[in-house]
Amino acid sequence: MAADNLFDLEIITPDRVFYTGKAKMLELNTVEGEIGIYKNHIPLTTVLEPGIAIITEEDGKKEAALHAGFMEILGDKITILAEVAEWPDEIDVRRAEEAKIRAERRLQTNDANLNMTRAELALHKALVRMELADHVSGKK
Amino acid sequence: MASMRDIQRRRNSIASTQQITKAMKLVSTVKLQKTKAKAEESKPYFDHMYATVTSMLARSGIVDHKYLRAGASDKKGVIVISSNRGLAGGYNSNIVKLITKGDLADKELRLYTIGGKGKEALERKGYPVAADYSDVINAPLYSDAAQISRRVLEDFEKGEIGEIYLAYTSFKNTVVHVPKLLKLLPVEFEASDLSEKEKNTPMNYKPGEEEALDIIIPKYITSLLYGALTEAVASENGARMQAMDSATSNAEDMIESLGLQYNRARQGSITQELTEIIAGAEAVE
Repeated sequence: MAADNLFDLEIITPDRVFYTGKAKMLELNTVEGEIGIYKNHIPLTTVLEPGIAIITEEDGKKEAALHAGFMEILGDKITILAEVAEWPDEIDVRRAEEAKIRAERRLQTNDANLNMTRAELALHKALVRMELADHVSGKK
Repeated sequence: MASMRDIQRRRNSIASTQQITKAMKLVSTVKLQKTKAKAEESKPYFDHMYATVTSMLARSGIVDHKYLRAGASDKKGVIVISSNRGLAGGYNSNIVKLITKGDLADKELRLYTIGGKGKEALERKGYPVAADYSDVINAPLYSDAAQISRRVLEDFEKGEIGEIYLAYTSFKNTVVHVPKLLKLLPVEFEASDLSEKEKNTPMNYKPGEEEALDIIIPKYITSLLYGALTEAVASENGARMQAMDSATSNAEDMIESLGLQYNRARQGSITQELTEIIAGAEAVE
């Protein structure tokens, strides 16, 4: 039966419940690299990196940008607590481009007061947004 | 007895005050709806975060983590959430009382204030304010909460404060708001909250347990703070709505009783005038 290989997935952000539903497979980017998850994964708690999450449902794929957060896999239920999550159509490409340029400039200045990790994170987020937006518009 | 003109003037001034309180009530009712919806939307994140972190800690059995033991300092850091504007009944003074009269009354504190009213009142009482984020309270964002929690955690790691508390007004429903003191760090949890089965499920961590806690606990604090901010804003508007509602009905009562007084005074003056005319007419005869 098809329903046997589905698991519950919940993606929650501080502002809303971003996604709830059943999925066949979930791919996303963690601090340890990209991983794919099927049903009956071992219990795991892991920290996410900004990246594109691909949710494979029974009838099709969905893509979303996830920035910072963590994921708990327990039995047949996956809970993702993300600080920011966006569907492709919610992404403002121009804003992402601006953010990318800003972050790059900041990284080039070599200011001692600059928080390198934060600037890098900002750059990373902008790149993820642009990639996802590109991806989706290319498919259409 | 006050003259008719005095009473009239007083009644007019109360009537215009009533108009203001009525308008403020309407405004805060609308704001309450909005902020209440926001507080409810952030609830699932907050609840899941709490459940995840407590179950993580209960399962892992780590005790000697930097966020799980009290810091060296005796000072207690308190994040105090109040409002920037008054006329909200006991909303602000209840939070101030929570700090000055509650469990922390005789401890050495370091305050991080969000909300100007609370800051002013506590500064006047001589509490040291380490940082103030009053501009945040008008429209709290998750990134604001992240910024504040980063600062407070830095102070905790530097050893300037040994424990972190959060004082805010929790929003039970539209009419019930309870001032609450919550301990953020060191993280405390009730292992008994978990079922046997949950406790015995082994959990894997990537990266390792310690590193995962390093990252997740600041997120946990941020989400608690964000949840508290949204609830506090909803409570503020709820409290103001109630205060303005009772002010409006008090004004109504006063206008009514002044109306009676006015009529009595008018009656009195007419009677007096009549008596004078009659007396005058009798004197002429």
